Amino acid sequence: MNVASPPRGRYDAGVMKYKEMGYFDLDYQPKQTDILACFRVTPQEGVDPEEAAAAVAGESSTATWTVVWTDRLTAADMYRAKCYRIDPVPGAPGSWFAYIAYDLDLFEPGSIVNLSASIIGNVFGFKPLKALRLEDMRLPVAYVKTFDGPATGIVVERERLDKFGRPLLGATVKPKLGLSGRNYGRVVYEALKGGLDFTKDDENINSQPFMHWRDRFLYCMEAVNRAQAMTGEVKGTYLNVSAGTMEDMYERAEFAKQLGSTIIMIDLVIGYTAIQSMSKWARRNDMILHLHRAGHSTYTRQKSHGVSFRVIAKWMRLAGVDHIHAGTVVGKLEGDPATTAGYYDICREPYNREQLEHGLFFEQDWAGLRRMMPVASGGIHAGQMHQLLTLLGEDVVLQFGGGTIGHPMGIAAGAIANRVALECMVLARNEGRDIMAEGPDILAAAARHCTPLAQALEVWKDVTFDYASTDTPDFVSTVSVS
Amino acid sequence: MRLTQGTFSFLPDLTDAQIAAQVAYCIRNGWAVNIEYTDDPHPRNTYWEMWGLPMFDLKDPAGVLYELGECRKVHGGRAYIRLSAFDATHTWESLRLSFLTDRPAEEPGFALERTEVAGRGIRYTTRAYAANQPTGSRYQG
Repeated sequence: MNVASPPRGRYDAGVMKYKEMGYFDLDYQPKQTDILACFRVTPQEGVDPEEAAAAVAGESSTATWTVVWTDRLTAADMYRAKCYRIDPVPGAPGSWFAYIAYDLDLFEPGSIVNLSASIIGNVFGFKPLKALRLEDMRLPVAYVKTFDGPATGIVVERERLDKFGRPLLGATVKPKLGLSGRNYGRVVYEALKGGLDFTKDDENINSQPFMHWRDRFLYCMEAVNRAQAMTGEVKGTYLNVSAGTMEDMYERAEFAKQLGSTIIMIDLVIGYTAIQSMSKWARRNDMILHLHRAGHSTYTRQKSHGVSFRVIAKWMRLAGVDHIHAGTVVGKLEGDPATTAGYYDICREPYNREQLEHGLFFEQDWAGLRRMMPVASGGIHAGQMHQLLTLLGEDVVLQFGGGTIGHPMGIAAGAIANRVALECMVLARNEGRDIMAEGPDILAAAARHCTPLAQALEVWKDVTFDYASTDTPDFVSTVSVS
Repeated sequence: MRLTQGTFSFLPDLTDAQIAAQVAYCIRNGWAVNIEYTDDPHPRNTYWEMWGLPMFDLKDPAGVLYELGECRKVHGGRAYIRLSAFDATHTWESLRLSFLTDRPAEEPGFALERTEVAGRGIRYTTRAYAANQPTGSRYQG
């Protein structure tokens, strides 16, 4: 005979649904100071989506798998993250957007590592979920103000370089592996003398047997200074200081400063804490800090699982880098136009409004944090200049690596072609011409007084990278009633 | 050599009609246009001499072209002249565009001086050949 068990209390020992533990509350009104996150949740077969969303809130804040009485020694209700909204993902049966609010006191001020250890910690391996993706975050002003933000920012970078009103031009030195320091500096010199503003070390150029870092720095700075004297313009080369330890990175950065470099570079794979440390170093030493997003595609590219790059871009603006690779749309690497526009807004705007069509799930006030310069790199060339300027705007570094070094008449000719293409397009845009429609004609007209541009247009005329994007916004446009 | 400071230095020198079109663009955006000149083209010479004050409330590019003409009467052929556009919007509060309109008749360029220091280090100094002369007698018109 069955005996009815007495009703269970919230803190009786045992296992309880996350939904019933206080991690799910559709009536919760997020506070101005809450940190908000939107996750794409794909539960395992048979798992209730609301329970899955509550579990995400629980596992990314205070919960463990069972009830613990020690919760009662804390203001547990405040520390529990709360799923306050859940919507099915349009066009993706079996997935839900779960909106979760976290109290500000859950996080250490000024620490990306603390923020990320919670929000993308254990929860991403939680068995009842088939997949999980962090789509976007709203960082309250109260939290934003605990970070330094970019050491230099777009405006001051332009003032230091004395370059206004046009995208900056760069090139990554190729081949990326194997050049000696002396040969490497030759590429830097030719590209800068030809007309580029910057050259760049690639992400995996550190200190290898074919070229030790000091040798690279010395030859590169000889090239930079020679090019400055030949043109009368400020030039720079991103010296990659990424290394195995912080001590090595500081040593390399100090040497770059001693040689008079305006800019250094780090890779995303050095980690969030190392990035914040280098940002503080850059601020102390008047250095522009370039970030190469090496490794991000391992977790940003697939819509079902991982972290969206828009979240990484937000964290990096807090952490305080000045340049960040953010996509080209037309080049060889992943980049849906609408999604990329969202990344660029995160980098450059003082305030982002909610814009689902660009993948921005929340408004974001940057509270005076400086603007990051987005960098467009990978498979772009002079013949696309009208598209690049229209899609990406003028506050961007356009990096033509192959599109400079691969020019048939040499590296300097490649640089001239890119610079002339850029300047003629900016001139035409400012004159009010429709550059998307007239772009090829504008380039052809400029090429009549510039042989290197004519050659570049001929060599790369048929190069496009037209593939379906894997990461696109999922939203249903709503008709507003006026 | 050809000094390549400014937004349009890789294009043929702009005509007055082209300059007026750029000024119209600046005025449409609400930016103040400023005329400056110098006989010291060092890449880190930030403060060129101002030809009057920035024109904050101008409605017509002709006003800039008139002042540019006056500046040219005094400095044309013997200095660099540039136009800059200033945007006072909060969080920008700096230039939006800056381009050369005039160059001296001859551009002798820059010397790069090297001072060898410890190890293989080198301290670099860029020096405009023209700056060896006192200001006012650096370029012959």
